This record gives sequence, structure tokens and C-alpha cells, in this order.
Amino acid sequence: MGHMQNLSRRAFVFGSAAIAGGIAFGAYGSAEAAVPSADGNPLTAGLGPNSVTFNPWVEISPDKITLIAQHADIGQGVGSVQPIMIAEEMDLDPGQFEIRFAGPSPAYFNTGFADEFAPFVAADQSPAAEEARAKTLEWLRQAGLQMTGGSSTIPDTYEKLRVAGAVARETLKAAAAKRAGVAVADLSTQSGHVILPNGTKIAYVDLSADAAKIPPVLDAKPRDPSKWRLLGKPMMRLDIREKVMGELKFGIDMKMDGMLYASVKLNPAKGQPLKSYDAGKARAMPGVKKILEIKNGIAVIATNSWYAMKAADAVVCEWAPSAYPAEQADHWKVLESSFKPEFLGKEWRKIGDIEGGLKTGTLVEAEYRAPYVAHQPLEPLNGIGLVTDNGMEIWVGHQSPRFVQWVAATAIGLKPEQVTFHNQWTGGSFGHRLEYENVRVLAEIANQMKGTPIKLVFSREEDFLQDIPRQIAIARHRGSVDKSKIVAADLQLASTTPLKGLLERSGTPSKDPDGQLAAGLWNVYYDIPNFRATSYEAQGLSPSTTWRSVGASTSGFFTESFIDELIHAAGLDPMRARIAMCTVPHYRKVLETVAEMSDWKGPLGNGRGRGVAFVESFGTPTAEVVEVSMTDRGIRIDKVWVAVDVGKVVDPVNFENQVQGGVVWGLGHAINCELTYAKGAVQQTNYNHHEAMRIYQCPVIEVRGLENDPKVRGVGEPPVPPAAPALANAIFAATGKRIREMPFNKFIDFV
Amino acid sequence: MIELTVNGIKRQVDVVAGMPLLWVLRDELGITSAKYGCGVAQCGACTVQIDGMAVRSCQAHIGEVAGKSVVTLEGLPKKEQHPVLQAWIEHQVPQCGYCQTGQIMQAISLLDLISNPTDDEINQVMSGNLCRCGTYPRIRAAIHAAAAKKMAEK
Repeated sequence: MGHMQNLSRRAFVFGSAAIAGGIAFGAYGSAEAAVPSADGNPLTAGLGPNSVTFNPWVEISPDKITLIAQHADIGQGVGSVQPIMIAEEMDLDPGQFEIRFAGPSPAYFNTGFADEFAPFVAADQSPAAEEARAKTLEWLRQAGLQMTGGSSTIPDTYEKLRVAGAVARETLKAAAAKRAGVAVADLSTQSGHVILPNGTKIAYVDLSADAAKIPPVLDAKPRDPSKWRLLGKPMMRLDIREKVMGELKFGIDMKMDGMLYASVKLNPAKGQPLKSYDAGKARAMPGVKKILEIKNGIAVIATNSWYAMKAADAVVCEWAPSAYPAEQADHWKVLESSFKPEFLGKEWRKIGDIEGGLKTGTLVEAEYRAPYVAHQPLEPLNGIGLVTDNGMEIWVGHQSPRFVQWVAATAIGLKPEQVTFHNQWTGGSFGHRLEYENVRVLAEIANQMKGTPIKLVFSREEDFLQDIPRQIAIARHRGSVDKSKIVAADLQLASTTPLKGLLERSGTPSKDPDGQLAAGLWNVYYDIPNFRATSYEAQGLSPSTTWRSVGASTSGFFTESFIDELIHAAGLDPMRARIAMCTVPHYRKVLETVAEMSDWKGPLGNGRGRGVAFVESFGTPTAEVVEVSMTDRGIRIDKVWVAVDVGKVVDPVNFENQVQGGVVWGLGHAINCELTYAKGAVQQTNYNHHEAMRIYQCPVIEVRGLENDPKVRGVGEPPVPPAAPALANAIFAATGKRIREMPFNKFIDFV
Repeated sequence: MIELTVNGIKRQVDVVAGMPLLWVLRDELGITSAKYGCGVAQCGACTVQIDGMAVRSCQAHIGEVAGKSVVTLEGLPKKEQHPVLQAWIEHQVPQCGYCQTGQIMQAISLLDLISNPTDDEINQVMSGNLCRCGTYPRIRAAIHAAAAKKMAEK
């Protein structure tokens, strides 16, 4: 595939079918439907007297400065770095401002999705690709798509929040200049104050009324990174202290006067209704106030969460059967028979003569599998809901505020604008809080308990049972090697559709091929002259959704394991061959960096082995080396090295923590996690069945961030996809055993 | 009425004896640092001290805790200067932070037992505490740092 210019020549029609490699949102995403104020700034409506807002991210009243965190904090630290990007430009210090999560508004549309949704691979910076991204951006603006996900927070906010801060700073200076009768050019700002030429300091809060009377200085420019005080340097995340002191209130910790507690028992055949139930025993249990029938199950209202959970457990329910196969073996059978034209998602990329290439040299064929996996953030799904005659208020941690409004409203016959949403700090998500299992039932319950605030907490078991899992997938890859070179790679994938499913449940169904099934499949940057990447979309299986790194979490494993097989078949060194084949110079640098960090010198011997994998996901190229040893107790993961290029590292400490966490996530789930269906329900209902990594298995993880990419990229997900293939490749190097299916502990023991 | 001491204060609760301490703390007493994660002693997020011992509060029935002294993270003595909490802040351990109060309570118990634990000893004692965000490398570093702080104080 040689040169990136080849990619730009791809035929490309920008209609709904082309967006996102398949993402078109429905009519609900129309910005016009929900514009809350004439200026498009949702903060204007709620301003108190003598207060000012310059844009949707900054609000100043006579007693405080509030910075709005547009993206949901799901543990990735964006509740800290978003306000700090504003504070950097405003010359505010930590402690001088409050942070509030954004309410639902199209003003908070996510610009960061433009790259992921435009149908070009990330490394393609050609004019055609950039034009497509610009058009996607315009479409996102019109749709008002407000969503946290796709490692997009930093790409979305890097420019706009610094500009928002600069506008605030320059407008405050203009207000001070007017008041003091001096030139703006003679003013400076420091630590929440405008400094006059004579040294007098005026606090920003004292300028709020004046600033409200003048037009904002919209042409303010953010500073050059060389001038940064906070960003780009090791800094303390703003939420660390409160979290360590146990003072931060997560959604599950919230309490309201007069509140009652709810727990639910829902049909484990996801999405299917309740047929009948017997609550005789439950009704007499301690603390029980009421038992309600809801669409797909029952809810118990009680005086505390534990009473509610115990009683819900005691209700005997008869369920409608699952719409998908009841047994896991039949899920695999459906996937196996999905490699057919009628299930074609899309042929994402074709280069050279694939059939001719496959007939050259030695043919290599392999089948790979990845199971359903659960998200299971440690804070279970929860929320507080209050329905009155005016509408519904909902307090819940969620990544898509406007879709929460739509889901809750639709469940109880309201209009979306009648639902007031208050986002909460969350104990993790990994994609779980993009779904709506808690939102929908909370609306139903609160609607039956009008006037009483209801706190819903899912039991861990119920959370597992209702978790819309990561996609299940099979890859059938073929390739050929000749004269120490990879001649052809034909990558074929059959999978359930995570993004399409999410969009449908969000009220914005799409008929286009699921773009996430291309992730990790088509964005292969090796010089392979004959290449094809094709997805097939399995029908009638379990609903699936986005799980940290989404499509690349499965395809990254398939592709990079298969590339490794081809490299070995060609008799080459896995690291040197990847470096030699890599067609994008700064991606090659990522591989060279991880080779240097790990001092890669080829096979280790003596029961030790190293594997390397390189995956670009969400635009962020990431290379990992995993080193393992064979011991009497099984495979031990000794060390991991990671090199990742995000263009600009804005929060270095958190960056390292995110990367290490991504590696732990990728390795742990690859080793020991799967969800399997029996009688329509998943069989794994707590962490003892779905453990992922514990500290005793956690290796030393060395991280290096590079800044060569021309764009600023995210890092929440990209460290995940290379972890599993790097581990599988290391196990092959150490043992000669090629593992082609997750979880790996079905095939080999781990310490 | 069941009486117990929580963070040095005598409290009375009117619940069934089989109710786990975790839910008494959270829903009846409004003490939220102990977190519900699994309910079956698989995650450690609910770890508190009962009479000085680190215990999974989801497994301690309130009837059995009657008359005993419970300390949650909120009630740690000299909290602001506590070497474990300080190390957790300095190393910026939390991501989502939901498991961290339990991790901290377990780490305090570890350092009470072993003043300068090795990585293996940390692994043994801390493996019952899940962190879905994967902060394990920082947990290890913070425990080593806290051990050094405690020894320097002596």
C-alpha cells in the first residue's frame, strides 16, 4: 500500500452513507430543536445578577468563577484537564474556580469525532481527507452531537477551551481598561486578577458586572505552548485529593430529602419483556414499600438499597425468551456462517491484486476469535430520578447528556426538553455509561412514584446481566509470504456491530456499515502490496456496544497477531520487520522508540519471550512490547514497554496513568474474561467469573509519550488494542504456542 | 436498635441484624467512603476497620458488629497528615477513584502488619482489591512511599 496518496484517491461521496465510514445520525440530533438561548450559549439562561458568561465554558459571578467541564469524567481525568485548559489561558490557579459538568446542549457538540467519523485512515492527511473531516465537523455542529467517547476529549477541547479561556481573559482586561481608563495593552493578568499599570489588582469576580456590559473579545488567541504554566508539565489532577480523602461524591453517593431506594430485577434476555411475576414473599420483607411492574421486569421500592436488592432477588419472574440464540455455541455458529455476501458490511479497503497475491509464495491462513466481554466499572449503574407534573429531573453519570434526555423522555411519554439532566462523577465506565439500562428503568420507576425522589442502584449481578457487551467476532485472515516479504493480506471479519447498536438505542439508527468494524482492520500501515479488509455484520445476536477501544479491541488482536504469523512465516524478526514495513514516518518512530526502550535484540530464549504489536486507534499510533516467562505456575508477564504518539502531551502524569491503565485493561481481559450465554442470560454475574487483572499479575509498565503527530490525539483507549496481540505474540515467542482466541487462559495457564 | 461506634461516635440503627455493615454505613448513616462494588468480597471497595482489623464491610452483618468500633476512611486519625493518604496524593494514584478508599484502608492494614513490604508482599495483601482502571503500578509505588514516610517518622 506504500504511499498515503493512494488512499486519497479512493472514490468518496459525502452523503449520509459515507459519513463515519458509516455513521449517520437521525433527526433527533438536530441542533435547532434544542437551542436554549438566542446566542447559543446554554449558560446565559441561568446567569444570576451582575454575572457574565463569554461562551459555554466560562461563567463569572460576583462571588465565584465556574468553569464548565463539557466531557463526562469517567475516571480519565477530564474533569480536571478541561478546566485547567481554560485556567491556563485565564491565568487562574487551581482552587480559584469551581467545576461544573455541562448540561445537555448542542453548544457542546463534539468536534473531536470529525477525524474518527470521516472515511479516511488517520495517517491520511491529504487535502481530500482534510476536506472530508471539515465536512464531518460541519455535520457534527449541525447535529449537536454531545458525547464523551472515542478518546476524543483532548482532540475536541484542546483548541476550543484554550480559546474560551483567552476570550474570557481578554474580555476581562477590556472591562478593566474601560473602568480604569487605561489601554488594554498596558494591562496584564495574574492569578485571577487583572493588573493595572500602577500595580493595582482587580479580581475577575469584581469585573463580572462590567464584563457583562461589553461584547466579548472574540478574536483572542491562545498562547503558544512554550508560555504554559500548567499544561504540559507534571501537575496535580484537581480531583485527586478529594478522591483520596473519600470526600468526592460519586453518583451512587448522592442523597436527597424524602428519597426512597429502588432496585430492579430485569429480564436477563436483554430487551425482552416480563411475562408474569410473583412478589408474595418479597412484599413481606423488611423495608419494602412497594413493588412495581416495569416494561422488562420489576422494581422494589424500599427504605434502603440493601432491602430493595434483597426483595428484588426474592421476586419470582417469568420472562419472555431471548430474541438472540439462548446458548453460546449458537452465537458462534451464527458468526461462522456470516462470511457471506448477504452479511457484507463493507469492503473497507482494497489494494493491488489480492487473489493473485495470495497465490504467490506460501499461503498462511488463520482463524481468530474474541468473545463478548463486560464493562463492569466498579461503581454499578445507578441514578436518582424525580418525576413531577412538569417533567423529570435525573442525576446520573452519563457520557451522552442529550441522549439521556431522549431515552428518559421516550420511556415515559415526555419531550426531551422536559428532562433536566445533572451529570455526576462516575466510578469508571469503559463504555458502560454510553448505554441506558439504568436511565430507562429509572424513568419508568420515578414516573410510577411521582413526587418522590428515587435512588436506583443496580446490584452487581443485575449490572452484569444487563451489561450490553463488547462485540463478539471471528476473523478469517489469509496472507502470503514470498522471498522474505509479505506479499498479500486478506483480512476478513464477522462481528456484531457495537456502534450501530449504540446509535439505535440512542434514538438515531443508522443503516450504514458499522465504522468500528473497520478499526484495527483497514488502518494497517505496512507496505503490503496486495491488501483487502472486509467486514461482515452478524445478524440476530446479542446487542453489543462500545467497550474501551471498541472495534480495535478485537480487530487489533486479530490483525497484529496475523501480521506476526506472516512475519514469522517469512523468517523475519517481528520488530525489525514491522519497522521496515511501516509506511508512515512518525508511526515508524513509535515502533523504533519501543524497540529502543525495550532494547529489542531478537529472541530471548530460556523460556522467555517478547512480543510486539502496533495499532493506531482513534488516530493515536501505539506500539507495545510485552515480555513473558514460562514458570512452573504458568505464564508470567514480566514487563511492558509502551510508546504512544499523541501530538501533544497536555497532562503528563495523568497521561502515564491512562496508558498504564489501558495496558492493564487490555491484558487482563485478554487473559481471563468472557461473557457466555446460557438460556438467554450471561453466566458471569460477578468479578469472580470475570476478573481481569489483579495487582499480583500486573507487570512493570514503562511509558513514553511522543509528540510528532501533526494533530493532538487522545489516549484513553489507544493503549488497549496492542496489549492482547503483544501478549499473544510474546507467548508464541516463549513457548511456540500461537493463541488465536481470547480469553487466553482457555489455552494456557497464567501465574 | 443496634448500637455501634463509628469513627469514634456512638450510633444506633434500626435495621435487621443480617444487614451488611456496608449498607448501614452508606444508606443509614450517610458515610459513603466505603463503596459497593460486588457485595461478595471480590473487590475490596468496601474495606473498613472493625476493632482495628481491615474487613470487607459487605460481609460483616450489622448484628455481629454491635458494640464494636468501626473506622472508615473519613474517621482515620490525623487524616491530613496520614502517610498513606499523603503518598496516595503525591503519586496521584486514582483515576476514577471508586476503589481507592478501599485500597487505602487495605494498604493501611498491610503497613500495620509489615512495615516495609516487598512487591510480593504487596501483591499478596492487595490482590483482593480490584481496580478496574488499572492503577496497580501507582498503588505499589504509593505503598512503598508510605512505608518510607512511616519509617522516617519513627
